[in-house]
This record gives sequence, C-alpha cells and structure tokens, in this order.
Amino acid sequence: MTTQIFHDTEADRTFRAKRISGRILIYGILIVWAFISIFPIYWTITTSFKMAPDVMKGNMVPWWDYIPKWLGWRSLGLSPDTIANESTVREEFLKRFWNSTVVAVSASTLAVVLGSMTAYGLSRFNYRFGFMRNPDISFFFLSQLILPPVVLALPFLVLYKSLAMLDTRIGLILLYTLTVLPIVIWIMRDQFGSIPTELEEAALVDGLSIWGAFLTIILPIAAPGMVASFILSLVLTWNEYFFAALLTSSHATTLPVMVASQTGSQGISWWSMAALSFAAILPLIIIGIALERFIIKGMAAGAVK
Amino acid sequence: MSSEGDRLHVVTADDISEQRKRFGKILVWGSAGLLAFIAILQAADQSGWIDLGFANWRPTLYAYIFWGICLCASQVITRGEHGKRTLFVLPATLFVVSMVVFPLLFGLVIAFSDWNLASPDGRKFNGIDNLRQMWDDPFYWNALRNMVWYTLAIIVEYAIAFGLALLLNAEIRARKFFRVAFLLPLMLSPVAVSWMIGKSMLENRFGPVARLLRELGVENPSFFSSPEIAQLMIMLMDAWTYIPFMMIMILAGLQAIPRELNEAARVDGAGAWTQFWEVTFPLMLPVSITAILIRIIFKLKLADIIINVTSGGPGGATDSVTSFIFREYRDRSNVGYGTLLAIVYLVIIVIAMTLLIKAADRWMRPRY
Repeated sequence: MTTQIFHDTEADRTFRAKRISGRILIYGILIVWAFISIFPIYWTITTSFKMAPDVMKGNMVPWWDYIPKWLGWRSLGLSPDTIANESTVREEFLKRFWNSTVVAVSASTLAVVLGSMTAYGLSRFNYRFGFMRNPDISFFFLSQLILPPVVLALPFLVLYKSLAMLDTRIGLILLYTLTVLPIVIWIMRDQFGSIPTELEEAALVDGLSIWGAFLTIILPIAAPGMVASFILSLVLTWNEYFFAALLTSSHATTLPVMVASQTGSQGISWWSMAALSFAAILPLIIIGIALERFIIKGMAAGAVK
Repeated sequence: MSSEGDRLHVVTADDISEQRKRFGKILVWGSAGLLAFIAILQAADQSGWIDLGFANWRPTLYAYIFWGICLCASQVITRGEHGKRTLFVLPATLFVVSMVVFPLLFGLVIAFSDWNLASPDGRKFNGIDNLRQMWDDPFYWNALRNMVWYTLAIIVEYAIAFGLALLLNAEIRARKFFRVAFLLPLMLSPVAVSWMIGKSMLENRFGPVARLLRELGVENPSFFSSPEIAQLMIMLMDAWTYIPFMMIMILAGLQAIPRELNEAARVDGAGAWTQFWEVTFPLMLPVSITAILIRIIFKLKLADIIINVTSGGPGGATDSVTSFIFREYRDRSNVGYGTLLAIVYLVIIVIAMTLLIKAADRWMRPRY
C-alpha cells in the first residue's frame, strides 16, 4: 500500500475552490440573463399554440402540460388546415408584411447608397460649403440622429397631404431613409477611414476615374461595413412604429401598426396576438441569429477608434 | 466648395471650355427658374387667383427633383474633376436639407398657430398663445420630468451592460450562443415587445410573472396601476430591449484593450477588483461615454412601448414627451399646440445634448 506523498497545499486547494465557485457564478449569471433574454420569445411562440384553458392554467411546456393547437395560427389563416382556404385576415397580414418588407428594404438600400457615398467623400476630400468644413458637414449629418421623430411628424403629415403622399410607401421610405442615414454614415465613415488611400492612388494611376475607383475597388473592400449598416437600418426601419402610425391609414400600413391596432381591440385573445407578434418578429430573429456577427461589427464601429 | 489638403491627392488637368461652363450655369438657373415658375403658378392656383386645376403640389415636387438632378449634373459640367468629388456628398446633403430644414421651418409656422384638424376653421396665427398654454400645462411638465427619470435609468442599464460585456469577454464556453441570445431582444420591435411583455407576461391574472410573484407570496400583483411601479415596468421593458446595444459597444471596447495591460497589472500584484477599477474602467471611458450618449439619444425618442402598453397612464405617470404629443395629435388633433410642444422639446434636447457632449469631451481628456 502506497501512500500519497505529494499533497496539494492548503493554498492550492482554496485556489481551486475559488476558481470553481467563480466559474459557477459566471455561468450562473450568463444562464440567468440568457433566460431573461429568451423567455419572452419562448413565451410568445408557445402561447401562439395554446388554447384558452392552457393560458388560464399557465401551462408553459408543450407536449408536457398542454397539447399544442393551431388556434392562434388559424385565426391568422396560416395554420395547415386553413392555408389552402381563402382568408381575409391572412391577406391583410401578407399585405402588411409585404409593405414592411418593401419599406424597410428600400429605405435601407437608399440609406446605404447615399450614406456610403457621403462617408467616402468625407473620408477622402476636404469640402467647404460656405462656412462649413468637413467636421461641420459630418456633424450636420450625425446631428440628425438627435432630432426626435415628434418634431418631424406633424410637418410631414401636412407636407405629405399637400403632395398626395400620405399613406404611400414612398413617403415612408423617404422618411425612414432620413432617420437611418446618420447611422449609416457613422458606420461607413469608420469603415472607409480604415482603408488606405494608396489603393485608390494605384487605381487612379492605372487610369480609373475617381468614381471608377470608388465603385470597383473601394466598395468591395467596404462590403462588410455596408452589410452591417444595411442590417442595422433594416432592424430599425422594420420596427419603426411612430411615423407609420401617424402617416399611414390603410394602404401603406406596416406590421407594427397592425400589431398595435390588434392589441387594443382583441384584448384577451392571446393565441392570435401571440401568433401575430411572433410572425412580426420572426424575420428579425432569423436575421439576428444568422447575421449576428455583422450586427455586432456594425455597432462596434465608431465605438472603438 | 474647394478641395485643398485632401487625404487623397489627385492631380487633375481639367480644361473646361467657356461654353461648357456656360451650359452648366444655364442648366442650373434654367431648372431653378422652372421650379420657381411652377411653384408660383401652384401658389396662385392654391390661393384662387387663377384656376389651373392642380390636384396637389406634386408638380412642384417633380420640378424640385429635376432641379436637384440638374444641380448635381452641372457640378460635373462646370467643375470637372472637382465636381465629381462634390457629387459624393451633394445628393445626401440635398436630401437631408430638403427633408429636415423645410419641414422644420414649416413646423415653426405651425407651432405658432391655433390649428385643430377636427375644427373646420383651419390654421390661424395666434402668436405665443401656445407657449402660454404650454406654461400652464401640468401634463407636459410631468412628461418632461418623466423623461429625466427615464434618462437616469440609463446609469443602471449601463452598469448591467458593462457587467454582461465583462462576462462575455471572460474565458467562457458557448460564447457565440450567449452572444446571440443576449442580442435577440434588440432585434424585436418595441410594439411586439409591448404585447409580448407588457400585455401578456405582465398580465395581472394569467401572466407568468404575476403567477411567479403570487407563488412568492405577493397578494394581487398588479403592474400598471400604481404610478411608480408602472414607470418602473416601462423602464424595465425599455432596458430589456436596449441593454444588448450598450453591451455590444462595450464588448467591442473591451476586446480592443491590449491583453498586456492587464497582465502587467497582475504582475504588479493587482487583484481583480483593482485591475478593473484602475486599468479596464479608465480605458473604457471613451467607449462608455459614446455608448451612453447614443443610448440617451435613443431614450429621448422612447414612445412606442408607452403608447401601446399604458398610453401614458395611470394619470400621466408613465408619459414620455413623445407619447404625450402623439396622443395630442391622435386623440385631440391639436396640431398647432402639439407641434409647439415638439419644438420646445427639440430646443431642450439640443441644449442638453450640447452641454453633455461638451462635458463629455472635457471628461474624456485623459487625466493620467
């Protein structure tokens, strides 16, 4: 029988215990916060498959304490048994969904195009508009971020009315472009700033014009930044409620307006509200999971210099 | 506009003929003339001097767009290579100026008039009557006071976001999972959040949170009936969506700190707490301030959740300025007064933000 000769000293043992308890604490906090972040989404998904008694009893886990039913999705006309039938609600929903998609995608595209051009110009050349020099011009663009939507809402209501652009998608697109443009310029300025000017100099020597160099050499390099700013704009415009609620009434209403209008009227019909909310947030959840690193990159830009 | 001392030096030999310059000038002034002509015609039509049967102001809009295009084109025509550079910035500038400056001027006019969309009278200039009304409006001041509270809540959000960022930056497994999970709330629309959390999870009878509280022995939990708790709930929901935003910016900042600094501190015998307080935190100051400033800007627009969950209640306790003005428009159609409130809000914000940025600038200057 051999006895162990070398033992951990008292100090070693407390160190390990400390380390393990530290780990447990870290993972504990991480899991708790992950739960806080995900539970409302889980709650919405499961509620959309519940029936009234399940809601009242507070059942939470499908197949364990309640049987999932298509009730919520049926009211939207999106459940398997109703998908083939005519459904006015579904048409309404799809119309809103399409409006949201068109508005968000076009506004983001427009903002990325305008913003990239501006950011490139500001990162490469010195301009002078009257008394305004480059920093002033940058500040002018970025300061639009401060502008609260309420200030613009009413003038636009009147302006769009006289231009017959009230309740049109183009009206919303222009307004949304304006709201996300500062963010795009902010991200892209950082992006272009990190690209060395030697690249364009070489291209210019080789006979490209400045726009040619911008379009064929610089933009492909700056693509990650463009994707990041596009996605951020997409998130903001897809979720926008304030302008949409004031400036649209029947033709151009977006999904958030539809969700909001249902909350009041339907009251306690939880399953259909859950289905509708979930359908409204699903595209962004998918984007968030699939393109997470672009979003993080976009938001990190400008934070770190 | 001139361009000397550019980061990108380009030698150009532009030789632009007089004729080309003249053509460019004619283009701009011609289209400007056209714009003015159409605008005057429409104004005359509007006021009833002549009847041309315009249904709306679209023709003026088209003329304006045409003028904008001509202005861009003429830059290249008259100034060659320099004009091409201007072309990078000009479209966005024209866009922003026409989308912000005109409506703001227009808003100023509306703000000083008595205009209720519900009444048949139309717009009447009424001087500073709206200002006087604002002065006596307890609800507006209440909303402003609420905004101060909402903004102060950012300090707590910042602390939580910093903590989470530190955890994500530590050596952990499944980092990607946690990062995605933490990011998700940011992707959700505030309107959906207000239903998902505000209306269903915080429901008094069947909501899971109420159920949990009842398990813990709270009698009749209710979330939106007492002013303080209702306000706290709004803060929590807003924090839930925006903590990931600050967290990611701080995380990016943390990852940019060279590892050697912390290692050197450890060699010098600094404990975890000292390391954080003396090394990490001071280095994170600039990023923190940027994150907080942007968060404040977003917070000042807070409205969607309030409009949809409490619509300002109980008794205006949860009202933000934006949601208050929204109801002024929506329910009372009182556009003149509402616009004045909005413009006063803008002035307050601009002053406050300028002071904050100045203070932050001074603060960010390294003290070490």
